Amino acid sequence: MITKTSPEVGGMGHPIKRKEDSRFIQGKGNYVDDVHLPGMVYGHMVRSPYAHARLKSINTDKARQLPGVLAIITGEDLAKANLAWMPTLFFDKQMVLATGKVLFQAQEVAFVVAEDQYTAADAAELVEVEYEELPVLVDPHKATDPDAPILREDRDEKSNHIFHWEVGDRAATDKDFQNAPVKASVHAVSQRCHPAPLETCGCVADFNKATEKLTVYLTSQAPHAHRTLFALVGGIPEQNIRVVSPDIGGGFGNKVPIYPGYVCAVVASLTLGVPVKWIETRSENLQSTGFARDYHMTAEIAADRDGKVKALRVKTLADHGAFNAAAQPTKFPAGLFSVCTGSYNFGNSFCEVDGVYTNKAPGGIAYRCSFRITEAAYLIERAIDVLAAELKMDPAEFRRKNFIQPDQFPYKTPLGWTYDSGNYEGALNKALEMVGYKELRKEQAEKRKKGELMGIGISSFTEAVGAGPAHTFDIAGIKMFDSAEIRVHPTGKAICRMGTKSQGQGHETTYAQIVAQELGIPASDVIIEEGDTDTAPYGLGTYASRSTPTSGAATAMAARKIRDKAKKIAAHLLECSEADLEWETGKFFVKGAPSKSKTIQEIAFAAYTNIPEGLEAGLEAVDYYDPPNLTFPFGTYICVVDIDKGTGEVKVRRFVAVDDCGNVINPMIVEGQIHGGLTEGLAIAFMQLIDYDENGNVQGGTFMDYLIPTAVETPHWETGSTCTPSPHHPFGAKGVGESPNVGSPAAFVNAVVDALSHLGVKHIDMPITPWKVWNVLKEKGLVS
Amino acid sequence: MAKKQTVRVKVNGREREASVEPRTLLVHFIRDHLGLTGTHVGCDTSNCGACTVVLDGKNVKSCTMFAVQADGAELLTVEGLITNGKWHPLQDGFKQEHGLQCGFCTPGMLMSSYALLQRNPNPTEEEIRWGISGNLCRCTGYQNIVKAVQYAAGKVAQGVAK
Repeated sequence: MITKTSPEVGGMGHPIKRKEDSRFIQGKGNYVDDVHLPGMVYGHMVRSPYAHARLKSINTDKARQLPGVLAIITGEDLAKANLAWMPTLFFDKQMVLATGKVLFQAQEVAFVVAEDQYTAADAAELVEVEYEELPVLVDPHKATDPDAPILREDRDEKSNHIFHWEVGDRAATDKDFQNAPVKASVHAVSQRCHPAPLETCGCVADFNKATEKLTVYLTSQAPHAHRTLFALVGGIPEQNIRVVSPDIGGGFGNKVPIYPGYVCAVVASLTLGVPVKWIETRSENLQSTGFARDYHMTAEIAADRDGKVKALRVKTLADHGAFNAAAQPTKFPAGLFSVCTGSYNFGNSFCEVDGVYTNKAPGGIAYRCSFRITEAAYLIERAIDVLAAELKMDPAEFRRKNFIQPDQFPYKTPLGWTYDSGNYEGALNKALEMVGYKELRKEQAEKRKKGELMGIGISSFTEAVGAGPAHTFDIAGIKMFDSAEIRVHPTGKAICRMGTKSQGQGHETTYAQIVAQELGIPASDVIIEEGDTDTAPYGLGTYASRSTPTSGAATAMAARKIRDKAKKIAAHLLECSEADLEWETGKFFVKGAPSKSKTIQEIAFAAYTNIPEGLEAGLEAVDYYDPPNLTFPFGTYICVVDIDKGTGEVKVRRFVAVDDCGNVINPMIVEGQIHGGLTEGLAIAFMQLIDYDENGNVQGGTFMDYLIPTAVETPHWETGSTCTPSPHHPFGAKGVGESPNVGSPAAFVNAVVDALSHLGVKHIDMPITPWKVWNVLKEKGLVS
Repeated sequence: MAKKQTVRVKVNGREREASVEPRTLLVHFIRDHLGLTGTHVGCDTSNCGACTVVLDGKNVKSCTMFAVQADGAELLTVEGLITNGKWHPLQDGFKQEHGLQCGFCTPGMLMSSYALLQRNPNPTEEEIRWGISGNLCRCTGYQNIVKAVQYAAGKVAQGVAK
């Protein structure tokens, strides 16, 4: 149980208003494009119009003659510094600027630097590049065909196959399938999409020739890791690199990798000795930076006749584009996809993934997702529905029958994960009650009699977040701990710095609440700073819903170290032994004599003014927290849709989301995270797609074609919660930012399929556009 | 480069002028020449609305106009919402109702909402949703933005502000 502090202290569980809001609502945020340095110049990227072509020549003469142009960098120039290629985060390399050939449309070919951004764009138009088109590979299913063009001539292995990865017991699973009386399967594509945070990626690279210090203002979700990578790849001593992540306008995974534009801006600043700003356009963002998903998945479930699931078999083809630029932990080529057994009691299971190259933008990153978990949750929740329909069982009852039970935790899954805690039926029951499930099923039956189309979709997902334990998780070799440093000032106020970096999650408020909870210093007296690698302790950054499970935990642990020291000081001040002292929020008091007490503020003052002999001055602590396990948030989402038979348009009438993320720091912020994640889930289910035509031309490369829901398409979200604390996290929290994005796509799709199930429809791939639905209706003779 | 033109505007109550290329977009004029960086750029196809400002009483996407077209106009940007050190009820509403997360869309949202309340001081939820439908938000799911605008409409109706 978490002791509830007073609202004035504002510890755990208080919906306190966000500290960061004031500057944003006055237009005083400081995003990277707002950084303006004296003498700053501007970069612009020249990009390939072709998806696959030999680079014959680059002529920069005309561009160089344009007044205001300062430099033009090509791949050949970078090759001289051994920087034409850079390592990706996943055992591959990626061209910074093309040499020899281009491998996807919008690939970086040359970098133009000019005195202002308009001139830079003009000069980019004047760079003449001669290409010779090559055969294009778009369909990942054809990547390993004998006649497929080999895309990566730089590799020793002359194949478009990148990796095969498998987990589980193939033979035992196959045997279970041979013997199973009931089987169901679904082929589902988790389509290529893009996180599209409203702020695109960009940087200002500022190399000071006098001090030899490089400062990079960068839209980075992982500033410390990026500093180390700049040092390792660029050969600049790490102490001479400072990465500053200023305010970030949304990340969602898009701002985890290092992109060619950053490297070019750094090279340009090193060369010119002035600050160089490079901010990509929206189209460049959608067409070239880290895409997500593109998993082509088949799930099969074997079950008993009475509807108990037995075995799960999953086969997946992963399209990684031109370079394997996946941003995920080193030991996991398919991320945490093997969490695909979900919330269910499976026996033998087997999962395999093959990754291939195509002539598309490189990736794939984890879009509001803890490394391929969205794909996994979508697949299992779709497959469960397909099997329930096959058995003619109600999807809610079918889930209930197969859930892992509360007394099974910690629960070891057949594919190797250990879930920390859960009560899946509790969340399901609450969601069913909130939505009025029985009445809705009655309504649906009546509507069907009248020929109207209404569907109810359920998703009872399990998330896996907070990467992660050092024994299993690293990125580029760096273990995935995270950190917090707390300094309490003489007047009892505090400043804290973390290795994470907020992109809108409200860290300046929630971390302060953790300090308030642990030390009794009011949250309003605590300043949180992140993102400056010269001041903050090292950490791996914010993605994979890891901030609360890692840096949040580190904050609590650092606060407890401070409390331990505070106890020594309190004993000194109260002239008693430490053993005689008890802690109550914000103060130590003598057991049995509560009037004899010292507040944390009094203790802080003494830490600088009246220090006990033998104790160091000051009141501060650092903690690097290595989580013992991931945390496993879960929930049940229920979606109700109505389908217009004339247009094929799907209207989301209701959406109930019951989330369990353990103990909550700030319920207002958690609810806001859920609203946002559900809206991105809606977008994935119905709108967002980065597609390519047969020539590799990107479709969906601008906001004209890549559809983002507005307030009009977005339904009213109904939220609820249950609370099953994590047993291993210092204050029982689990993380929540990604649950709604992970859990909701299946609920939307299940609802649409449910509306059409009596017509024999078993699956429709995302995004479920009106055109797709209208075609199904037409095929079934239902178009009115 | 074409000959530079002088553009004069009254922005947030102050007369300002700058000399710019005729092709300079109004958003770049506001950000780079007037130094008001609260107005943001989120796309290149006029979809996102992060650059929304109020021009002569109407909300416009400042990426869809040239600065020279705004010559002589009266502009209100997010920086001008505060009067005499007091926040506009919309600013209060966005904070009270948790109507922002990353904050990048927020200035545009505020300006579209401001223009909406000028046109329609007591909008329904549907009218609010349509009123901000030219502004994309990737974080909030809009629900709390709707509540923030309702909060502000209520305060304005109570006479807290005009």
